[in-house]
Amino acid sequence: MSDVTALSTPGAISANPSARYYVSGEHHPENGTMLGFWLYLMSDCLVFACLFAIYGVLGRSFAAGPSGADLFDLRLIALNTSLLLLSSITYGFAMLEMQSNKVRGTMIWLVVTGLLGAGFIGIELFEFAHLIHEGAGPQRSAFLSSFFALVATHGLHVTFGIIWLIVLMAQVAKHGFIAANRRRLMCLSMFWHFLDVVWIGVFTFVYLMGVLQ
Amino acid sequence: MSAHTDTPHGADHGHGAHDDHHGHDDGAPHATFKGYMTGFVLSVILTAIPFWLVMGNVFDKSSTTAMVILGFAVVQILVHMVYFLHMNAKSEHGWTMLALIFTIVVVVITLSGSLWVMYHMNHNMMPGMMHDMHKVP
Repeated sequence: MSDVTALSTPGAISANPSARYYVSGEHHPENGTMLGFWLYLMSDCLVFACLFAIYGVLGRSFAAGPSGADLFDLRLIALNTSLLLLSSITYGFAMLEMQSNKVRGTMIWLVVTGLLGAGFIGIELFEFAHLIHEGAGPQRSAFLSSFFALVATHGLHVTFGIIWLIVLMAQVAKHGFIAANRRRLMCLSMFWHFLDVVWIGVFTFVYLMGVLQ
Repeated sequence: MSAHTDTPHGADHGHGAHDDHHGHDDGAPHATFKGYMTGFVLSVILTAIPFWLVMGNVFDKSSTTAMVILGFAVVQILVHMVYFLHMNAKSEHGWTMLALIFTIVVVVITLSGSLWVMYHMNHNMMPGMMHDMHKVP
């Protein structure tokens, strides 16, 4: 329907009836939410780029304190990475269930996604608490300040993603798959996968390269 | 209309009756199980290899390891973009791709510029600071 554009000039119709409508042949989205949300994600990407740049500059300024090789437990990070990666694929399954209009299946996969995300946040909080307990809090050195700023910003994003997920589950339970809910679920899908992309940068640049000396 | 035709297994067959009110025109690409599984398997491989390289001390030089794992990260980000975020040059008439390219340019300038400038600044400032440090007991 939005693919068809009417030429409203009466003269044009009488002159050439076949030119009354034209079909552009391109796919016009009904609204710009997906593009707008993508632009938000790109600006979020710039926030993370700044935090990565700060970590890149300050990541070796240990102030005679502990380094990444002393602090990071790669087995914990591997577990965290697999949780986030699994939550990405389970969110994908929720989207597939939504495409075939199965509310129950969607809800189950959303719950699984939320639990995996909560597990990720739990492990991250455990790691932070462990670091602070060892005296390696954000105030210890420039390295740790930039580390906490970068990783905690990502963790906050995941936390808000989980809150958004719970709100959307309530929305879907109440209203079903109305167009607005589908759009919201697709936005959260982009957000969730985007956070996984950022985490690839975090575990590579911060953890794996931090352990290498 | 373009989004319908390239769905291989017809994931949208079951609800053709209410096509008009649930927003097939919202510009969203149609995901497939095969696409998600391909992306997931590739991600698992591309995640496991860097962890193995670092935890198993496979290379002697850590700079080699760093370069290799950064390469794996770039490939994995591309995999996520294609299979999970469904990036292609056609969505939203190419505007998402344009925004992405612009963002990548800014990100590359931010990262490489900061690292380059600050590395040289540290390098050039170091002798004077070291001189002062000798006086500190």
